[in-house]
Amino acid sequence: MTLLTRIAPQLIALAALIALVSVFFPGFLAVEFSGGRLVGPVIDVLKRSAPVALLSVGMTLVIATRGIDLSVGAIMAICGASAALAISSGLGLAPALLIALAAGALAGLWNGVLVAVVGIQPFVATLILMTMGRGVAQLITEGRILTFTDAGFGWLGSGVLLGMPVPTWIWVVTAAAVALVVRRTALGLLIEAVGVNRRASALAGVNATVLLIAVYVASGLCAALAGIVETADIRGADANNAGLWLELDAILAVVIGGNSLLGGRFSIIASILGALIIQTIGTGILLAGFPSEYNLVIKAGLVLIILILQSPRIAAEWSLWRDSHRVEPRQRSRI
Amino acid sequence: MLLSIRSLTKAFPGTRALDDVDFDVAAGEVHALLGENGAGKSTLIKCLTGAYQRDAGTIALDGARIDPRSTSQAQELGIGTVYQEVNLLPNLTVAQNLMFGREPRRFGLVDSRRTRVVAQAMLQQYGLDINVDRDLGTYSVAIQQIVAIARAVSLSGKVLILDEPTASLDRREVEMVFDVVRDLRDRGLGIVFVSHFLDQVFELTDRVTILRNGRKIVTETTSNLNRMSLIEHMLGRALEDAVSETHDHGKAAAPRMLQFDGIGRAGVIDPFDMTVGQGEVVGLAGLLGSGRTETAEMLFGLRQSQGGQARDVDGPLDLRNPRAAIGAGFGFAPEDRKTDGIVADLSVRQNIILGLQARRGWARPVPRAEQNRLADDYIRKLDIRTSDREKPIGELSGGNQQKAVLARWLAMNPRFLILDEPTRGIDVGAHAEILRLIEDLTAQGMSVLVISSEIDELVAVADRVIVLRDRRHVAELTGAEVTGDRIMRAIADEAAA
Repeated sequence: MTLLTRIAPQLIALAALIALVSVFFPGFLAVEFSGGRLVGPVIDVLKRSAPVALLSVGMTLVIATRGIDLSVGAIMAICGASAALAISSGLGLAPALLIALAAGALAGLWNGVLVAVVGIQPFVATLILMTMGRGVAQLITEGRILTFTDAGFGWLGSGVLLGMPVPTWIWVVTAAAVALVVRRTALGLLIEAVGVNRRASALAGVNATVLLIAVYVASGLCAALAGIVETADIRGADANNAGLWLELDAILAVVIGGNSLLGGRFSIIASILGALIIQTIGTGILLAGFPSEYNLVIKAGLVLIILILQSPRIAAEWSLWRDSHRVEPRQRSRI
Repeated sequence: MLLSIRSLTKAFPGTRALDDVDFDVAAGEVHALLGENGAGKSTLIKCLTGAYQRDAGTIALDGARIDPRSTSQAQELGIGTVYQEVNLLPNLTVAQNLMFGREPRRFGLVDSRRTRVVAQAMLQQYGLDINVDRDLGTYSVAIQQIVAIARAVSLSGKVLILDEPTASLDRREVEMVFDVVRDLRDRGLGIVFVSHFLDQVFELTDRVTILRNGRKIVTETTSNLNRMSLIEHMLGRALEDAVSETHDHGKAAAPRMLQFDGIGRAGVIDPFDMTVGQGEVVGLAGLLGSGRTETAEMLFGLRQSQGGQARDVDGPLDLRNPRAAIGAGFGFAPEDRKTDGIVADLSVRQNIILGLQARRGWARPVPRAEQNRLADDYIRKLDIRTSDREKPIGELSGGNQQKAVLARWLAMNPRFLILDEPTRGIDVGAHAEILRLIEDLTAQGMSVLVISSEIDELVAVADRVIVLRDRRHVAELTGAEVTGDRIMRAIADEAAA
């Protein structure tokens, strides 16, 4: 299967969605260049999708191993709080970022060890950190919203580089780098093998334990980046709300990307398209002028439609319908 | 006849699980159904209980043809089943389990008092006086087993199928269950008893039917059989019938390559010593549960040995886990290739290079051109029937999956390859090809350990055969001693080697 046929459903869904939003808000695709930066609703989507896009990169790897990571929202809160605390207590930007990334990696290591070594179900194992993590973040910020004024850190959330928002660059580079690494090395194959059949893979000599820990660490690092971007954007760490419910959006992005929750073959690009679809829906609903109380219902409805259209059953019906229009009419009764 | 099965046939892709099998159960008899793994026992039971739909043949109960489409339908018709793993709900009470789905009701609500009374009365028929209000899970497996039997009988009441009911029971508990079974027989039920404990078969059953490779071999009154003839039928070789030998047994000059001393683990396999020569084929013979697979798992680091040591000419070997064993040049193609061998969603190519890739590490991918070459090479050499190398391996037939798993190991060029039932469930043609392949590999200096239930297969390929019984290595046959006769006698413990 070529990449294009793999991501065709997501591309079609995204295009249809953009067309739909454009009906309600004709200027949706308009982009102008002003003050050294590109401006327009689409650019806004590309910027605001950063947290979910970043999370979905790590989540794709975890789900490919037949796992799930419910703790990424909480890890975002921890990492954002750590970075904000480090910056506001006078450490430089680089140490603050390193601390945040280390916190994310450590959180991922915790999840990975629970899943791969202790053998707890991923859902339960990451639920522990989902619950605990936000508490840890609250302890770091001592229950306050920790604000800071560091311009360099703020630039990561709201700055512009070569006309594009910095958060957009961060997720594009991260997704591209991870996608390249897993496909240019054997990591992708080994992750898929462990996801489909951990026991058979281990018997073939695959170090499934280390691989499982690694994907949770990768997910933790992605969550740390997402936490940094979000904290930088609002120039403050809000332990109660940072990344709240975003783990669910990330899982949804992976699922819209056509990746099976049962593990195995995965596509990071498709998950990224899933994240863009989710953000396009969110931004589109606002631009189309629906009262904000309609947002969640419309979003859920659109996601449902996309998932139904992608379901194997619909795909089978579609290919049947297509075939039946190719063959002789009298043969059709066979079907 | 209470239950009468005629010409039952059921095929799965690549294998004929049941081929024209007749099977009768009379009212008031306990009928043993025997056979090694893959003989067709469970397929027959599943056809009987509606879990599978048969391809051909008839099933008649009380003279009327039946066609159960689901286990609940089979239950209503009168065929109940109790499995080795009690399939009741341990966190409900005994009474709730017994009456589940048909609770006595009062004003539309469950009448728990009457549930209790009915359940109590039901168990008293089995001489079981226990507190039915306690959770089922708090009782011993034997009691749970009897509760399951009571439930099955009360639901169905004509034919009771017991699938390995005693596998996890101790001697006293077995007696308890047997008393219940005998009582049910005297009450006129037809009982099908599946077990691989031959002593229990002789103790409990009236007749025996033996299946092998999906065919019925024989139905006989139990008292007309002895252990030896039973094993002969199960493993498929008459003692008199000496197979003409083409294989040159005993490469006496084979330099010793591997030596295992005192490898074993309590409750798994008694400590054993074993040597393997270069280019030698060592066979492991024994009945199901004799410790054959456990021996292989010990050697491959899947189970830890308590003490003991493995060494080659250069010194001790580390067999801590499969990765370490692979590092020592070992390979292991397990018996259950679906769960332990193939990675179903990945392509034939990816399955073949998986082991090689795992050994090289993630950072050094096997170049795609090399992958294609390896895959095409083995698809051709082993004659793996697939439309192309990118087809998901799960879509191949069993024999071709097995060949692909073999290809995975051959691509890694191990010096010692362990094959657990390499020809299980694959068609005759592929069977011969795999045996020939083993010969070729050893000619190139690879050593092979073959585990097989097929005595003829071992006689055909093995230079030396180790016989296991009751989780112990009991005999070792070398060179001219490797005959079906000797192997069979050693298994049956009759004047062993």
